[in-house]
Amino acid sequence: MAETHSLQDMRQQAAIAAKVFIQRDYTNGTICQFQTKFPSELETRIDKQQFEETVRTLNNLYAEAEKLGSQSYIEGCLACLTAYTVFLCMETHYEKVLKKIAKYIQEQNDKIYAPRGLLLTDPIERGLRVAVEFDRQITVQSF
Amino acid sequence: MSAVMITRKVRKWEKLPGKNTFCCDGRVMMARQKGVFYLTLFLIIGTCSLFFAFECPYLAVHLSPAIPVFAAVLFLFVMAMLLRTSFSDPGVLPRALPEEATFIEMEIEAANGNVPAGQRPPPRIRNVQINNQIVKLKYCYTCKIFRPPRASHCSICDNCVDRFDHHCPWVGNCVGKRNYRYFYLFTLSLSLLTIYIFTFDIVHVAMRSVDSGFLNTLKETPGTVLEVLVCFFTLWSVVGLTGFHTYLISLNQTTNEDIKGSWSGKNRVQNPYSHKNIIKNCCEVLCGPTYPSVLDRRGLMQEDSSVSTCADPTSSSTSTSSSSSGGNNTVSQTTHAILCLQKPTAPLIPNEHTPDDAKPSIAASAEKSSSPKEEHPPATKVPPLASPETDAETSIAKDKTH
Repeated sequence: MAETHSLQDMRQQAAIAAKVFIQRDYTNGTICQFQTKFPSELETRIDKQQFEETVRTLNNLYAEAEKLGSQSYIEGCLACLTAYTVFLCMETHYEKVLKKIAKYIQEQNDKIYAPRGLLLTDPIERGLRVAVEFDRQITVQSF
Repeated sequence: MSAVMITRKVRKWEKLPGKNTFCCDGRVMMARQKGVFYLTLFLIIGTCSLFFAFECPYLAVHLSPAIPVFAAVLFLFVMAMLLRTSFSDPGVLPRALPEEATFIEMEIEAANGNVPAGQRPPPRIRNVQINNQIVKLKYCYTCKIFRPPRASHCSICDNCVDRFDHHCPWVGNCVGKRNYRYFYLFTLSLSLLTIYIFTFDIVHVAMRSVDSGFLNTLKETPGTVLEVLVCFFTLWSVVGLTGFHTYLISLNQTTNEDIKGSWSGKNRVQNPYSHKNIIKNCCEVLCGPTYPSVLDRRGLMQEDSSVSTCADPTSSSTSTSSSSSGGNNTVSQTTHAILCLQKPTAPLIPNEHTPDDAKPSIAASAEKSSSPKEEHPPATKVPPLASPETDAETSIAKDKTH
């Protein structure tokens, strides 16, 4: 009985340990930034520098998307004058940067993470709440 | 008797939790109660129609044709802003998927330590430091997430909304991060339109009374009385509301924060989001970047539903033979069938299905079907998920008693 319990426990652990959640970092306010703290579960899997580099680049890209500068002001005013109908034909600056981010994540997955059996999901799929790294190698065979 | 899996593609909005209504195949998103929104539409369109019908012909001829033109432009702008506010996603945060919810539960258990049975667990709060102020993030029992700063759960729509301002029945939607500026422009332009119509009604009555007399004027254009009444009452409320929101914008606060008094009072935290500069605050709220919707409404997902049919060997064999690569698919179909028999009500976890992670997710859902999983209403302050720790602990306790 103890054995089945521990097997169940292990299965549960394995199913959860398969995903590592990188949480949002709110120290600079509500702008979208992720924590660069290196999760302990990934210590054996990937180089700390690589990971921090990835997260830092993502943070910079999101900061670029949300930047309050002359470009965003001009876009905002132009859109307001046209009653926001201009967005029917034009893509917003944020959407353009999101596409860049998706491409960057794809690139990182192909070059760095997939060879190590990891996968980084795009935070937009989780409502910009977490970025998820998951371990494709941990699979559970029998149930 | 065999269970046949029917997989059909549905749009994600059909499966979204929360009390929103969707139209135009997920493009339009509103609250459930829309009665007051129809009233708003009726009042605006009705009053403007009366204005164009009764006042404009006279004013165009006797004063200037620019008057109806400007009124038309203003009316179109008001309608555009209203529809944009009402139909767009206010900034709804999607609920946590099961793995994320479990992960957060585990973190909370680890942070709170062991709570003796019978005692209420401590409230779930996470402290973060924002611009050198400590802000508390609350845990949402319905959405199973720690709410980001400035987010709040709308009980009417049953969603957590980012930068939640308030739920406005007049626009039939929540007002949040994504549609706040449209809401503000709607109230501003509606104030201008109301003042405009009111002014020109008075001007029209005054000018016509000089020629025909006051009572005759009212008889000729009965719509004027109605317009003046509507405008008079609307003026006070809408202009007041616009003024209030202008004040909030200049301080970079939300209605929710203002009502709760989050940043007021001496002993309380000062607003960490304000730039301490009125112009910068206004620019951020009104001219900031247009945030995308993180709620994928129109994406496609698989919906697996099981249909029990009478045993029909011919049809089942044809279905298996028609599948592309015989071996793999029969195995996957069998596993799907097994899952279906175990727990027919639990759909497979959506939008994560790449071939590689099908196995862990199947394992996870099989695991969950064995452990008890209850739905707790948000009123109870107990962990809604039966966490694996409690199951493990009870089984360990059982072991010890043997």
